[in-house]
Amino acid sequence: MAIRVQLDAFDPGVETNALHAANVGVGAVVSFVGYVRDFNDGREVGGMFLEHFPGMTEKALTKIAVEAEQRWPLLNIQIIHRIGRLEPGEPIVFVATASAHRQAAFDACAFVMDYLKTRAPFWKKEDTSEGPRWVEGRSSDQSAAERWHKA
Amino acid sequence: MIRVQYFARYREALGLDGEQLSDSQGFATLDDLRQHLLARGGVWQVLAEQNLMCARNQELCSLDEPLSEGDEVAFFPTVTGG
Repeated sequence: MAIRVQLDAFDPGVETNALHAANVGVGAVVSFVGYVRDFNDGREVGGMFLEHFPGMTEKALTKIAVEAEQRWPLLNIQIIHRIGRLEPGEPIVFVATASAHRQAAFDACAFVMDYLKTRAPFWKKEDTSEGPRWVEGRSSDQSAAERWHKA
Repeated sequence: MIRVQYFARYREALGLDGEQLSDSQGFATLDDLRQHLLARGGVWQVLAEQNLMCARNQELCSLDEPLSEGDEVAFFPTVTGG
């Protein structure tokens, strides 16, 4: 398991390859990459700043990864999240899960993203065409996370 | 003492990223502490938001979470990472 919260950019391709390189028992790697868009909620976005809660962020991400490991037979899991200033087109978040077979990797990756969206202390402030604004939470993200509660 | 931290839009609205509170007021729960802050009026009403989130000792919790001397508490708006 690897959890990284960092200012620096990362290369999702390099990270994905590294996930199975160390273990030939890995039959499936599922990865998700979230990017900064240049448009959101009706406004052009020229970039954003990602604030977080140092200390709690790492704990929250680790807790999510541990829960994923308990629920699915994973061989590896990696979470990378950027903080600080980001430009449109840059990757913000990377989640990858490795397993012997695809279904566990698919489900665990979706689970980690849904929980990260609703439980990890990050906040986005966008620079828009009409000035800076804090991104508001979406109820669809809450619903996405709740589907795992029953599972 | 109880250490309180504010993040993101709340930090900006309050013009404050954190403070130390004496627990001599005897806050039994996190909501008791929040009510104390709300009683300051003005900008503090931001903590009345329905989708406010909170943490005790860096773990998400609900407003009825019990508080103890030395705890670290945080209030913040709905998280928007990912």
